[in-house]
Amino acid sequence: MDNLQILVAAPVFNLQLLVDGVLIGSVFALAAYGMGLVWGVMRIINIAQGEFVMLGGYVALHAAGAGIPPLATIPIAAIVLYLLGWMLYRAVLFRLVDRDLFTSILATFGLSILLQQIANQVFGANVRSLDSGLGTLSFGDGQITVAEIKLVAFGAVLVLGAALVLFLKTSRLGQALRATAQNAAAARILGIDTDRVYAATFALNAGICGAAGALVAMTWIIHPYLGLTYTVRAFMIVVVAGLGNLPAIAASGAALGIAEQYAGFLLGTEFQTAFLFSLLVVILVARQLALHRQRLYLK
Amino acid sequence: MSLRNPSSTSPLRAAPVADGATRIAIYVALVALSLAAPFLFQGIVTQLAFLWLMILFALTWDILGGQTGYNSFGNVLFFGLGCYAATVVQRDTHLPYFVALAAGMGLSALVALLAAGVLGPLILGMRGQYFAICTLGLSIAAADLFAGWEFVGAGSGIVPALYPGPVDERNRFFYYVLLALATITFVTFRLLYRTRFGAAINAIRDDEDKADAMGLHTTRYKVAAWMLAALFLGLAGGPVAGLVGFVDPRDLAFAGATFGVWMVLMAVLGGKGTLWGPVIGAAIFHATQEFFWTYLFGWQRVAMGILIVAIVVFFPLGIMGGLRARWPQWFGEVVDEAARPARADEGGVGDERVA
Amino acid sequence: MNALLEVDRVSKAFGGVIANRAVSLSVPAGSIVGLIGPNGSGKTTLFSSIVGLHPVDAGAIRFDGRDITTLRVGEIARLGLIRTFQQTRVYRAMSCLRNLQISAPLARPSIRSVFAPFSAEVTDRAETLLDFVGLYEKRQLRAGSLSFGQQKLLEFAMALMNEPKMLLLDEPTAGINPTLINALLERLRRANTQFGITLLVIEHNMRAIMRLAGHVYCLAHGELIAAGTPEEIQRDPQVLEAYLGAH
Repeated sequence: MDNLQILVAAPVFNLQLLVDGVLIGSVFALAAYGMGLVWGVMRIINIAQGEFVMLGGYVALHAAGAGIPPLATIPIAAIVLYLLGWMLYRAVLFRLVDRDLFTSILATFGLSILLQQIANQVFGANVRSLDSGLGTLSFGDGQITVAEIKLVAFGAVLVLGAALVLFLKTSRLGQALRATAQNAAAARILGIDTDRVYAATFALNAGICGAAGALVAMTWIIHPYLGLTYTVRAFMIVVVAGLGNLPAIAASGAALGIAEQYAGFLLGTEFQTAFLFSLLVVILVARQLALHRQRLYLK
Repeated sequence: MSLRNPSSTSPLRAAPVADGATRIAIYVALVALSLAAPFLFQGIVTQLAFLWLMILFALTWDILGGQTGYNSFGNVLFFGLGCYAATVVQRDTHLPYFVALAAGMGLSALVALLAAGVLGPLILGMRGQYFAICTLGLSIAAADLFAGWEFVGAGSGIVPALYPGPVDERNRFFYYVLLALATITFVTFRLLYRTRFGAAINAIRDDEDKADAMGLHTTRYKVAAWMLAALFLGLAGGPVAGLVGFVDPRDLAFAGATFGVWMVLMAVLGGKGTLWGPVIGAAIFHATQEFFWTYLFGWQRVAMGILIVAIVVFFPLGIMGGLRARWPQWFGEVVDEAARPARADEGGVGDERVA
Repeated sequence: MNALLEVDRVSKAFGGVIANRAVSLSVPAGSIVGLIGPNGSGKTTLFSSIVGLHPVDAGAIRFDGRDITTLRVGEIARLGLIRTFQQTRVYRAMSCLRNLQISAPLARPSIRSVFAPFSAEVTDRAETLLDFVGLYEKRQLRAGSLSFGQQKLLEFAMALMNEPKMLLLDEPTAGINPTLINALLERLRRANTQFGITLLVIEHNMRAIMRLAGHVYCLAHGELIAAGTPEEIQRDPQVLEAYLGAH
């Protein structure tokens, strides 16, 4: 394969893939962290996670189209999605919290279809992206190029991540969240309004995805059907890294980003999603087999 | 020593909705109508053929989903394998049309059974959401892989052999093939649900850890159920390919966004875990599909999303499940009239006395 | 007398916390043996190790002469070692009769035996056992609609249906109305004497276990601290200390 030969012949190109991988992987990690929050606190796997990212991207696109500076669209997307998340919780999701797993998975799956198709109807199926207005940095005589916006995105993810962790550790809501995640019944007895905690958690997750979506719009592309790929990425990272383990999530996100870059380069872009979904199956089966040895199972 | 004493008086009664003779009459009427349909409704033969396909889809989802408790989001994998296997046989062997079709369906069945037999032990060890998401990933990966595989035409798909006859005749032929497949599926499952196998998969659904602790070979039963679903899904691939005339990896064979989702939706709508639920769900869904397509075109998928959420959140028992909870006696279940009514747990076939 | 179940210096720790430390016990065939100990003594962990729910860190477990230390739950159950659950688990959506029918053992599973309806023989035996526990009248009801006590009896009948060599009972009198405990104990005794099933019973109810068991083991802090007849155990100062003293 020609591309493989390139990697061997010009090792510095590996660096390009690594850098790109880590940078995009950080955004995956962000979405994964949010998914882990909802999973841990509400016991719901949000299949519509990727759709929140996608919608965040569209909000950013439209905000920029209305004249708002590109970087300022990040908080705007976060806020809009936060509100959307809150409304969705109040309208639908509050009914899912104590239900069985099949119900919540099918419901969020239905939600993802709903959001995806609304986006398709309203925004059209065209692929779009947002010009951040930033340039490209060049290293090593032009052998490695890094779009500045990708670095900014990476920085934004770090800042957001740190802010989140701090918020959850120190704020009252953060404590309430952690208490509810550990034992909802006990939390209720202690006077915590778990319903508000759930609403805040889900909305917060949506906001996180919104910010991630704005970053994706600027560093990559947005179209109505990219939701499921982000859901799957977030899910894989959580399966590998565990809930709430930020360093592991970050590392897994980076690893996934790098793996995807290599797959795209070596297999061709048309196989990139095939790689992603095949990787999902492989990771789940591997995890299952590992647990099986300890007489446990993925549940 | 047999304790069966038909004359014992007991406060527990079952009251099935129709007696034996009426039931047989209904069945005969249904069979006659199904056989005559292509001639009675000549304009919609293809849609009617697809009705039988939908019924097959719902039933094969339900054997694993409603009866065993393993909700697959990727059963369309086996259907797609069937489409491709049958079409490749037609393309690469130069057998007469019907021989090639039969051979193709035979290969489809083998491939589908093999896929379920190999993947089953690996994937059916996962429970709940993991299994659901893993199967979803499988079917999407398959769609993408086949869309990139030159041997089967990659993204352009492949074209099955041309039916040796006029279009009307072709549509009628495949109508009967799909009718036969759906009927065989229904009858097979109906018989199986009353055997030890049926009780075993229900036990797995109700409490898998308990079943394991009682010595049931849970993995074997789960894989067997999936293989049964795969068999009929695979068999359906060839006829559908012949009817449609074109195998597209994403829009027909591994059509996750349509067929894949509908499989789950139809069974849940009709009542998962019941025998007639998937059938009724498929019938209603298919009929309203036409309505949605005509009047909401473009927004029909939005409506689909809303429908899924609505059904799952507000109507999780589905039609048959809801009826069963309200009037369990109609389903041959016994209710202790002295005690409070049985809870509306997710339904199993139980000791149904319906024919 | 032959030991049907032998637990040989089994140890199990969970992330640094030692739940069982070199525990040994032996259950002779045909006997009724009790396992007692205060909360946190490691009874449940030992129980879980025996039935195959998790691997053990050290030691061996032998059943009917076979080493079952590394076997899984299903395999151990098929060898004839059946357990009941403290929370009482039955197949809730199925009728009581069907619960029993599916509990019948299948010595040599084949296509013919699996894909066939239950034989009249199996159904007869199921109805007999339902009668034995007093649930015959309710045999067509959904198991989930029974009261807790009735479900416990159903679970017991299911266990008997499986024709086990040995039954491991996890707190069989827990949650039972005191007036019904005697009836339950009587049935347990009959299962032992009439059907020849060996019993290992975890219990908190002292009176129940003292009347039922011929031999009793007592765990505390993950270790075996006493073993003997019920009378000996009741007088053992270490046992009293474990239950009454501070940990």
